[in-house]
Amino acid sequence: MKKEELLAGIEKAIIEGRKSEAEDLAREAIKAKLDLTEVIEKGYVPGIQKVGDLWEKGDYFLPELITSAECMKAAMAVLQPELDKANIKTKSKGKAVIGTVEGDIHDIGKNLVASMLSANGFDVVDLGADVKIEKFVEKAEETKADFICLSALLTTTMLGQRKAIELLKQRNLYGKFKVLVGGAPASQKWADEIGADGYAENAMLAVKAAKRIMGA
Amino acid sequence: MVKTIRPKLELLSRRFIEKIVDEAYEILDKQGIFVENKEALKLFSEAGMKVDRKTHRVHLKRRLVEKCLAAAPSVVKLYDRTGEKEYTVGGDEVHFDPGSTAVTILDHKTLEQRKPATKDLVAFSRLTECLDNIHFQSTSLISFDVPSPIADIYRLYIGLLYSRKPIVTGTFRVESFRPMKDLLAAVRGGDKELAAKPLAIFDACPSPPLKWSNLTTQSLIDSARAGLPSELISMGMTGATSLVTISGTLVQHVAENLCGVAIVQLAKKGAPVIFGGSPSSFDMRRGTTPMGAMETMMIDAGYAQIGKYLNLPTHAYMALSDAKTNDAQAGFETGLGAVIGALAGINVISGPGMLDFETCQSPEKLVMDDEICGMAYRLISGIAQREDPIATDKFEGFTPETQFLSMPHTKKWYRMEHSYPVIADRDTYDAWVGLGRKPIAERASEHVDKLLRTHLPVLPDEDARKELTRILMAYAKANGITALPELS
Repeated sequence: MKKEELLAGIEKAIIEGRKSEAEDLAREAIKAKLDLTEVIEKGYVPGIQKVGDLWEKGDYFLPELITSAECMKAAMAVLQPELDKANIKTKSKGKAVIGTVEGDIHDIGKNLVASMLSANGFDVVDLGADVKIEKFVEKAEETKADFICLSALLTTTMLGQRKAIELLKQRNLYGKFKVLVGGAPASQKWADEIGADGYAENAMLAVKAAKRIMGA
Repeated sequence: MVKTIRPKLELLSRRFIEKIVDEAYEILDKQGIFVENKEALKLFSEAGMKVDRKTHRVHLKRRLVEKCLAAAPSVVKLYDRTGEKEYTVGGDEVHFDPGSTAVTILDHKTLEQRKPATKDLVAFSRLTECLDNIHFQSTSLISFDVPSPIADIYRLYIGLLYSRKPIVTGTFRVESFRPMKDLLAAVRGGDKELAAKPLAIFDACPSPPLKWSNLTTQSLIDSARAGLPSELISMGMTGATSLVTISGTLVQHVAENLCGVAIVQLAKKGAPVIFGGSPSSFDMRRGTTPMGAMETMMIDAGYAQIGKYLNLPTHAYMALSDAKTNDAQAGFETGLGAVIGALAGINVISGPGMLDFETCQSPEKLVMDDEICGMAYRLISGIAQREDPIATDKFEGFTPETQFLSMPHTKKWYRMEHSYPVIADRDTYDAWVGLGRKPIAERASEHVDKLLRTHLPVLPDEDARKELTRILMAYAKANGITALPELS
């Protein structure tokens, strides 16, 4: 298969959300000893960007979005050992620590954001649901993250988002780690009130907000 | 006289119901269900079920669940604060109550959502007390001027003070059950009296898919032992936390609720339990959970029909809207929900007053919805024969001059056969213009003011009030809270 054909195939596999094909093509690229950075930049990335476009146009809904994001993740998992072997660092758009705050077990929204961030080139450390505020901060320090994403579905637990920012201030880390908040009860007003760096009402906008705070 | 038909909506065939129930049993047995509560796992283990204490997974056998179902009462009786008025929750009886636990209130003057305070909760309880078609009250709003550790008990306290109606409530924390039960018992004059005449329903939600959390499982156990009915609020979201098909979501709903029934009956055989829910169609575009979607209402009517087949009282979150203000959408979604829920014979319908995905309450909407509920009640009361013969005798000696308006027959029946709304607009165009072209929310707001002005609060007697306050303050102090907001 010619390189151009392969790249086009990869893009299509991501757009159409065909996981095994996206993985197979990654293996093929490795076998053909192609420049993997180029394969990512000209095959996978344009694929996920088109998915974003299709979402914005209203053609794609959440199932397509998530399926494509998962394809991307699976293909990257195939490529990663090779990249490591060759000591190639893929350009990360930034590192995020993400989780649903303490007392809240809802993680659909958080999972959507984690998938979309990861598919769009961010490193994502997913702490899961019902995560203690301290853990977000400690993990961000430990992994040298760039920003923290706090999800909350309940109005009772959204207060955890405020607490997290207060904790950052206490530890003189406010500003060092940017904070994005999301979840049903959150709003831009709330984000402003508690001093968060950004708010997004859905996973696609979360990617935009993440890019914005990373200055990209 | 020909018997009046109670109009009914059924969406599932008997065969379809049996298939859904069979599959629910199969999942409970083969895949099992997570129950994150030690006491419940112990109960299941003692009943001979396979329990994995590490993963909290329990495999439920059909024979056990069927035994539990047989022990559960098919009818629950609720009593108001005075203990005199009895409400039957079962059969095809329908009782509406305001949607519960709103975190915002729609401010009619600014049209902004804002955080509710104690005075809003007091006004809302008083308003609920005035509305004839809202049979139960609910712990409708969370007051943000009281500290969160006592937020759940505080709502109950206010409700018990300002309305006599039975109350739909729930716990936010395991520790809250005891003081909440104590408040209810204080009104009744003791625990035994409370169990004999329950005044409240406790909502308990499984976490989809197939999981009962520690908090809600404990609520089931505690309520069962206190003789208080639990309402099982399974809430799959199609394609997000349950299968995307309506029938697939029904299978999961039934499995989760059956596990709830088993927990209640193992905690106390014969304890009252209501087959309820708050599932929704999941919006694949916005990631939201529209309660006003037709598919949501279809899931509701579907599981309620299954609840009836299982011989249990039923509940649903209907007669509410996802609109953000009291606009046309608020009306049509609420109207459809009220009518479908009533036709489906759902015993407890929670929703009136509510906007914005179960998050916002509106007093203006509540009074409009009271009228909608009245229309739904009228519909299910059906077309009655009234007299025999129906008409022939009234037409004896009929001439073109015959007056219907002055017929004794008219005066005798017109109020029974027809209803006369206060808020809905039935004026002529000129009259409407003359009255200032007021939109319905404006008329509703005027009605809210009038009701609150003319209906004085009906408080419990002084001893009961003191006891309620004592219990609340003791609990507040135990949580380090010394002062609470003024009530008026």
